[in-house]
Amino acid sequence: MTMLDAPVDTQTLTLANAINAGLRRALHDDDKVVLLGEDIGTLGGVYRVTDGLQREFGARRVVDTPLAEAGILGTAVGLAYRGYRPVCEIQFDGFIYPAFDQIVAQVAKLHYRTQGAVRMPITIRVPFGGGIGAAEHHSESPEAYFTHTSGLRVVAVSNPQDAYTMIRQAIASDDPVLYFEPKRRYHQKAPVELDGSLSLTEPMGSARVVVPGDDVTLLAYGPLVQTATDAARAATADGISVEVIDLRSLAPVDYATIEASVRRTGRLVIAHEAGSQGGVGGEIAASVTERCFSYLEHAPVRVTGFDVPYPPSRLEVHHLPGLDRILDGVDRALGRSNSLSELEAGW
Amino acid sequence: MAANSNDFSVPTVQLLAPDGTFAPNEAAEEFVPYFERLTDADHERFYREMVVIRRFDREAANLQRQGQLALWVPSHGQEAAQVGSAFATRPQDHIFPSYREHVVGKMRGLDVVDVLRMLKGLTLGGWVPEENGNFHLYTLVLASQTLHATGYAMGMQFDGATATGDPERDEAVIVYFGDGASSQGDASEALVFAASYQTPQVFFLQNNGWAISVPASRQSRTPFALRGHGFGMRSNRIDGNDVFASYAVTAKHLDDARAGRGPALIEAMTYRVGAHTTADDPTKYRLDADLADWVAKDPIVRLKAYLENRGVAQSFLDDVEQEAADFASDARKRALEVVAPDQDVIFDNVYAEANATLVEERAWFEAYEASFEEAQS
Ligand SMILES: Cc1ncc(C[n+]2csc(CCOP(=O)(O)OP(=O)(O)O)c2C)c(N)n1
Repeated sequence: MTMLDAPVDTQTLTLANAINAGLRRALHDDDKVVLLGEDIGTLGGVYRVTDGLQREFGARRVVDTPLAEAGILGTAVGLAYRGYRPVCEIQFDGFIYPAFDQIVAQVAKLHYRTQGAVRMPITIRVPFGGGIGAAEHHSESPEAYFTHTSGLRVVAVSNPQDAYTMIRQAIASDDPVLYFEPKRRYHQKAPVELDGSLSLTEPMGSARVVVPGDDVTLLAYGPLVQTATDAARAATADGISVEVIDLRSLAPVDYATIEASVRRTGRLVIAHEAGSQGGVGGEIAASVTERCFSYLEHAPVRVTGFDVPYPPSRLEVHHLPGLDRILDGVDRALGRSNSLSELEAGW
Repeated sequence: MAANSNDFSVPTVQLLAPDGTFAPNEAAEEFVPYFERLTDADHERFYREMVVIRRFDREAANLQRQGQLALWVPSHGQEAAQVGSAFATRPQDHIFPSYREHVVGKMRGLDVVDVLRMLKGLTLGGWVPEENGNFHLYTLVLASQTLHATGYAMGMQFDGATATGDPERDEAVIVYFGDGASSQGDASEALVFAASYQTPQVFFLQNNGWAISVPASRQSRTPFALRGHGFGMRSNRIDGNDVFASYAVTAKHLDDARAGRGPALIEAMTYRVGAHTTADDPTKYRLDADLADWVAKDPIVRLKAYLENRGVAQSFLDDVEQEAADFASDARKRALEVVAPDQDVIFDNVYAEANATLVEERAWFEAYEASFEEAQS
């Protein structure tokens, strides 16, 4: 029996390999699925996420495109019109902008413009985030440009199991999905259930409590879920019980899960690598404040990158919110005059 | 040479045969007068620049392996295309590079340590073009710089700084980009604007065979030089491993551009002998045989044979080797001495004027960092 026929098969995979397994599964299950991107075929992607897929499914299903992101997304629209389910790889976060027009002006709107007649089941895979010492344009977090755009779904995965399941869900979705991959966690390993049916899994739009706690709700997504989990563990030593929620879906946001937590803790910290201005954290802080103002014991606190262009890589450690900055945010949300900083505002 | 079964063909300008004999082909005829401007000293300068940069390139790759650079972008194999074209520029010209044209920067007066500083992850470019021979910053977002170059050339026109009839003053632009980058919409738009306004500029496309793992045939089924014609500008394909062809053809087109005769496109046929960057492993996607073919057409070997046929002194060749070794070790030494800037430079220069948000964020950051020191003491 091949791996694909097995009902449930658990394997330990890196996050990158889990996406690869999810893509393979989707290519196998639906012959309308096609992969498009730069260097994804022969090379198997610069991060080897599509390794071996062209060999297995052929050059018509796994396509090395000419070097043009607008071309990739624009032709994906045409393929979607024609009944295909394109999965586009953007090589790095900072190279998505040539495709921005196609994504926000076309992909996002066609279902609406055609009064529902045309679906755009396009998945856009984007390795994102910093912390890997990379060159300029290779460490950015552009998610808020897309969460701001109606008609797009936006997810960010944090672990191999979700990476596997959510890429399949994204491809199966009849809406366009931006699928953000935390490149600094590509090599993180965990057991992954390569299950048969998507209907049995959590919906792609749901958030998940990954560490239960009572004192503070700490929200993160993508690469910072691990950091937030580490922070929660460190806080335990100080007698603080932090509940960590992996947001998973950035648009739409699963407010039910967040609200249920915040109503208990009364305190909310949101962490992301992108700057705070116009960011996902600000949106959630505002919405949670509107929804459960009377339960809040402190204003929501954002712990984010600074509002600067992504700095040169040797300085990125000062820009990125790490464990200490997140703990500092937790202290602020608790109104503690903490050992690190007594300052009001914080990023 | 036929590009494919559709037989789109275009002659390749070559002055120096692969064995080093000076034998301009038919396509080269109109460019020979430009070659004739060169003195023996110029030929030697070409050789020196090519040997020195190749040695430096190897040193930089070593620095990367030793953890001193985050990344290195090799130029091995493309020296003739770069040195010849750079030598054809005049001091008043502006150069918009891609990210592999280290020797062009060097010849324009850029300190190569500025490039190393960037690849150490300490700056995002950082040099001031006007203080470095009008050599603009590297651009990693492919083909963006083609439009910047065209806009700069439009500015030269608006200022009346070109086509005055005085070649000592008339300005032009040269922009470097790759076979992969040519597929970007920006590249086509730059060609449209340039042709439309007849800007004083040369598009120098280095066709090095590959865009990371993707062969040039994925980007174009015709020689790229024919695209120039399609957009309405003079175009030539040249043997990019022939430094004389690179010089002579660029010199002609830059002269024409300065004189108000509009833009041109040059496709230089060369080869990326090394990896795309030190993060890449080309054995995954290309054949050793192709590489060997191109190594046999090495631009330095070719020019050396030419110089030897002309009786160059062995002492000159030895001096160049020594100079290359000295240059590389000096660059290494100074690269190791480079110190990281203060951490709060990340807040500098986001805006031209003080910005309230950043003033607050910076103050918070400084106090936050200081709190660690207090906690420790
Ligand atoms: C807009 C954009 N998309 C993708 C990339 C990633 N990338 C960097 S270099 C490269 C290949 C470039 O090939 P080419 O233009 O032929 O130049 P070469 O590197 O061969 O000199 C790719 C895909 C990028 N830098 N910019």
